[in-house]
This record gives sequence, C-alpha cells and structure tokens, in this order.
Amino acid sequence: MSFTVSSEIINNVAILTLVGSLDSSSASVFQAEIQKVAGESPVEMVLKVSELTFMASAGLRMIIFAKQKLGPSVQIYLVKPQDQIIDTLQMTGFIHSVHIVDKYPV
Amino acid sequence: MAESNFDTRIDYYPTHEHEGIKYRRGHVLPFGATMVPNGVNFSIYSSAAYSCTLVLFEKGAPQPYTEITFPEEFRIGNTYSMIVFDLDFETLEYGYRMDGPFEPEAGHRFDKTKILSDPYAKAIGGRDKWMDPPDWDNIYPHRSRLVFEDFDWETDMPLETPIEDLVVYEAHVRSFTKHDSSGVKNKGTFAGIREKIPYLLDLGINCLELMPIYEFDEYEHSKTNPETGEMLINYWGYSTLNFFAPKSGYAATGKYGMQVDELKTLIKELHKNGIEVLLDVVFNHTAEGDHRGPTISFKGIDNNTYYMLTPEGYYFNFSGTGNTLNCNHPVVRSMVLDCLRYWASEYHIDGFRFDLAAILGRAQDGSPLNNPPLLESLAYDPVLAKCKLIAEAWDAGGLYQVGSFPAYGRWAEWNGKYRDTLRRFLKGEEGLVGELSQRLQGSPDLYSTRGTAAGINFITCHDGFTLYDLFAYNEKHNEANGENNNDGNNDNFSWNCGWEGETDDAGINTLRHRQIKNALTILMVSQGIPMILMGDEMGRTKYGNNNTYCHDNDLNWLNWDLTEKNADLYYFARHIINFRRNHPVLRNKDHFRNSDYKGTGYPDISFHGTQAWNADWSGSSRVLAIMLDGGHAKNGFTTDDTVYIAINMHWEALPFELPHLPEGKSWHVSVNTDMPSPYDFHKLNSEPVMENQYSCILGPRSVVILLGK
Repeated sequence: MSFTVSSEIINNVAILTLVGSLDSSSASVFQAEIQKVAGESPVEMVLKVSELTFMASAGLRMIIFAKQKLGPSVQIYLVKPQDQIIDTLQMTGFIHSVHIVDKYPV
Repeated sequence: MAESNFDTRIDYYPTHEHEGIKYRRGHVLPFGATMVPNGVNFSIYSSAAYSCTLVLFEKGAPQPYTEITFPEEFRIGNTYSMIVFDLDFETLEYGYRMDGPFEPEAGHRFDKTKILSDPYAKAIGGRDKWMDPPDWDNIYPHRSRLVFEDFDWETDMPLETPIEDLVVYEAHVRSFTKHDSSGVKNKGTFAGIREKIPYLLDLGINCLELMPIYEFDEYEHSKTNPETGEMLINYWGYSTLNFFAPKSGYAATGKYGMQVDELKTLIKELHKNGIEVLLDVVFNHTAEGDHRGPTISFKGIDNNTYYMLTPEGYYFNFSGTGNTLNCNHPVVRSMVLDCLRYWASEYHIDGFRFDLAAILGRAQDGSPLNNPPLLESLAYDPVLAKCKLIAEAWDAGGLYQVGSFPAYGRWAEWNGKYRDTLRRFLKGEEGLVGELSQRLQGSPDLYSTRGTAAGINFITCHDGFTLYDLFAYNEKHNEANGENNNDGNNDNFSWNCGWEGETDDAGINTLRHRQIKNALTILMVSQGIPMILMGDEMGRTKYGNNNTYCHDNDLNWLNWDLTEKNADLYYFARHIINFRRNHPVLRNKDHFRNSDYKGTGYPDISFHGTQAWNADWSGSSRVLAIMLDGGHAKNGFTTDDTVYIAINMHWEALPFELPHLPEGKSWHVSVNTDMPSPYDFHKLNSEPVMENQYSCILGPRSVVILLGK
C-alpha cells in the first residue's frame, strides 16, 4: 500500500498526517517531511496516524530521528494509532519516546 | 558539514556495476555486513575457496535478484570484501556461494550450488515466527539479514553486580510464558518476559539466565513420536545456526524483523529493575551436524577452519551432536571473541554461561590444552572485562574439569559436584557430612585459590529432573521423547519419598514439599552463587521426564497456576531468596579462614552437630550445623546477624544443642522446614525469640535457621 504524508504548522505545532504503509521505501519521504517542519522550530509534533496501517522498523526509527532532530523538549504525539502499531511500539520499546492520544489537543 | 565531508569521499561512490547493481572494493574489517553511507559493506573469510560470490535476495523471494562474484582484486589475503550501493536495509537478504575443492579427506567440503549464511550475520530470516511451516524446497532457508544498531539505551549499562551477590534464575524464553496461565499478552516471547518482571522482582532473584537465544532451527531433527503422533522438535535450542543473531521466533515482533529491538527493550527493562541478564551460549558445535548434515554456513565457507576434523576428514564429536567447533583455531577464536564483544556492547549482556565449555579448552586435534588461548583471550578481553564468564566445565567427550577449569582469575563454573553432593545428602545417603561442609563453604576443596565465587551452586538445571521431580521419581520417565527411555541421565540421585509419581498420600506430599524447602534452604545459605531452575519455586513437574529437549508443550511450559496450588512453596522460596539477599554473611567472596580474625570471640565459621562445637563427621552421620559469625560478614568488611544453620537428614527428629551467644544476644527463629506453612518461616526482621536458648529439636529430614542478634 502506498504512503502519503502531509504537514502543516498551526500555532507553532507541527501536524503531520500519515496514511498507508510506512516501510523502508517510504521512510525517506517521512524523513524529508520531518526535516521540513523541523526548520520551523515547532514546540510540539503531532502525528495523525489513524489511517496508517503498518509501520516497519525503518518507519519507527523516523520517530527517533524526529525526537533527535527536534530536541528532547519537543513532545511527540501519536493520534489514534491502530492496534498493530501500538503493539509494535510497546514490544520494541519505542512507545517510551511518544505520547499515544485519542485526539489533539489532548 | 560532516555530511558533506562524507559525500565528498571518493570511496562512497561505486566503481563497478553488475545488472544495474553498483559496487566497489570494500573494507576488510569488520567481517559481516555493515551499513555504510550509501550502501552495505560485505566482508567474509575463507582460507581455501577459489572464489566467492555475493548473492542478494528480496526478502522472502524464492530466487536471488542478483549474484556478484568478488573480482580478484577485491580479495585481500583470505578475505573478500565489497561495498554494494543503494540496497534496502529492511528487505535485503544476502548469502554467499563459495567455489572450492570438495576433498573431505583434506577437510574441504566446498559446494558452489549451496547459498551460505554469513557467520557474522546479525539477523537470520527463515524462521521468523515460531514453528511457521518451512518451505522445504527453499534454496536458501536460513538467510542473512541486516539490523539497525541504533537502539536508544538512554543511560543503561551492564549492572556489574558483584558475582557473589547474584541469585540466578535459569529460564527458557518460550517456556516461561507460553502457557495460557501466564496471563501475558505476547506468550512465549521476549515481550512476554518483560510483562513478568514484577514476578521476578517479587521472587527476589537478581539475575536471569536465558537458555540459548541465538538463532536456531526448531525443525532440526524434528520427528513424530510414533506413540503419540506428536511432533518432537529442537525445542531447547542447543544447536546454533548463527552466533550473532537473536532467535526471531522468540520475538513477538520477529515477523516484522524487529527481534533485536524487542530483545534490547527486555534487557533495558530488566536492568532498570536491577536484574542482570546472562546468556547460555553454545560455542561447542553448530547445527550443521556431521558429514551427513546440511551445509548451512561454516561447512561450505571453510570446513577445515571452523570444525575439528579427524585425520580422515570426519568430524570429531566431543559435543555429542555430530560436530565440534574448532574454537582454538585463531580465526574461530576471533569469531567467538567478536561475537561476545558484540553481545556485551550492543545488547548490554551482563555475562555468559558456556555450554560444554571444556570443549573450548581442546586443541585442534581434540586434546586438552594446558593454556587454552580462547579461554585466556576471553578472560583478559577489555570489552568483556566486567562480564561474568561461567563454564559448564565438562563435555560429551569425557573431559570433566569441575574444580580444574582454566580460570585465569576470571572464570566461574557450574559446580556439578555441588549438585551431586546435595542430591545424595538430601535423599539420606550417609557418609557425606564432610563433603556437604565443603559445599556449604563454597567448595574450598575445589576452588582453594579462586574463592567462593568460582562456583555456581545448583541442585537442578534444565538438564535433568526439576526439584519437585527429584523428590517424586526414583527413575527417569522419558518415553515421550520417542527414544525408548534411553535418552537422559540415569544418575539422578533422586528419591520419590515412597511412591513413584503423583500420589494422593498426604504424608508423601508433605515430605516432598519439605524436601524442596530443605533443598532451597541449603542452596540459599551456601557460599557461592546460587542458581535455581525456572518453576522450582512453585513445585514445577515434568512428570519424571529428565530430558525434555524436544517438547513444545506442557512438559516444558511453566504452569503459573502452581503458584496457587503450591503457594507454600512459592512463599517459602521467596522468603529464602530474600533471606540470602539480606544477609551478607552468606555472600563472602573469599573462603572462610576458620579463625577469629576480627576479634569477635568467634571464628568466621564453626561446625556443630547435635552437640555444640562437636560436629559428627562419622560415616553414618546425616546431621550438620554451621554457625556463621556476623562479625565476619563479607570477609569482615561488614557486619550481620550471626546465622546458625542446622540440617538433619536423619529420618528421626533429633535435638541440637545450641552454641552460646555473647551477652545481650539471643537466638531467633527464621526458618524451620518441619513446620507447616505459614509457620515454616518468619518474615525478615520479625523473627521471634526462642523460648529455649540452649537447644532446639529438628524434625526428621528438616532444616532450621536461627539468627543470633
């Protein structure tokens, strides 16, 4: 399944909407989008992922990349991730790097 | 700036092209497949190949999408290296073909029709999910893969707990949580263990020893039990496919290729909770068997280097499994060292237990070495300097080195003599009091210059009976293994307490529970490092099977309902483990001196019997008491209560005269295994004062611990 990502900055919050399957082939697209919004120095990053069906290892690593790019003070929110993605985040420990929420603002 | 500097390096651009794949000369070291900017560096060793070809697959594809033969100018010495550009790290699977002589009598078994797994691969595909049916026509069933090595460890590092302070818990990853009663979400996996960390904390252990987690093939030698129709498999995993790769089927995320992250997350969480992680590593042989076995990796890459061979070119079989890794060949030695350094640094592993480690001290012709270079290298390695190194100091070729394993001041051993002495004494054999006293002291007869920490004390381990079965079966019952009960050890030193197997006889069941408590108590008050087998704290049974290597069922899976059924055992085990951890007098590093070097008025250790200060060492004795003076705790570096331990393995109750305590101190009862639960122990720091300060009665086959404070 293809992957799309779009972004906007609202009140210094970077909001990215991810749709489809995020794997090694699409991770670079996601990375480019992160770099783009990082240039705006957002105070928080929100990833709307309710329509993201799969996140492979390379995709998960982009979250860590975002964390490192934006700095430790910038919180990252995952809005409505599907169960499979929550499971993977939990089992691999990546869940400690993000906040799982049902909506944003929380 | 840094990125542009990389970009301008000319070695990050290809010089060659094959079927659209771009590549160039690679870096010889490190061996294996390493991610570099724009590509992957491949490097492999073979001393006798004529040529080497890199074979690349899309993940799961039946056929490779390309094969690139290393140009001759890419070979340096006996190594082949190449950087291939623009590869997808996540979907790549790779292997090698080696062209060379097939001359078994000369040790060479090259076969260029085979695609070979990289000995340094960091992950192996093909058994991604446990027991997923394999494609038996797969031309490359165990595929080398890449892994990301960017795990976020935060501030984690190996715990470096003093070895004498460890309480080791030996567990099998799948068996620990596979049973429905475990209640975890991801049963039988690394993630499942993570969910059980609160249990391990409650039990009180501080070191988890995992049975093999290197990638293995559960289907190896799989067969059907003719009597039951059940599939028998390579369940325990003592047969390595690759030494650098964690078993994918043990990870809930193995199907996504994220077993490395899941395992590292488990280790990080265990460390956060003060629990060390030891790996049971199997460097004595591989999964390739003998001359009739499959060619998976080493056999086809450099058979003569990786295996000990007879003069006729067959395989020495000191492991009992078909082949023997040639550990003291310099190249193999380097591989083992690289491997352990990798696990210590990349996975933050706290130590290693080496299966059949006596093999690691054999020369290339199989003879035992006086100064084995591998063991010496491991002992003095800078990366492994703080890792625990523990040997199973024997092998299947008859080399038995308990007490004499080349230690270099670093190695500890599984103390097989502790196991045998304790088992025989507990079943009531006479003539063992002298030997028992040695075992209680940390076996100074075996480790006179190495201290107490040289010995891992255990009564049970994965091999052999569980602790419950030790007191429920006189004989092994291995029929379910499909080998006509011929497999497994016959020398179990067990005693069924009056009935073979399960019984409704309350007296026998009470005695069995008491014997388990006796065993756990002696184990936890012995100097040296105690190790308990998963489930022994709750009376786990394997129904008399003492060799359950092949069962993916209830024979191996831990039934957590036992914590309720045998709650008395669990509460007792929890108490006695915590008793040990709270009393430093039980955890000396150096041996007792049998003298009062701190001027307390008492020697560090004294021996007693039914008469104080007069132990009965006679051949018919079955009783012993020891008193550990609290003023000499931790070899005199700290203070503790005085601990008096009385053991009566006679079938009748006996009175024990108590040694006098200094003015102002009195005896308190901590443990009495003759008492029914919950009166068999008293909580820490709530031990009641004894009414009678001069003697106590020990019930038949029971142990008492008193505290002088």
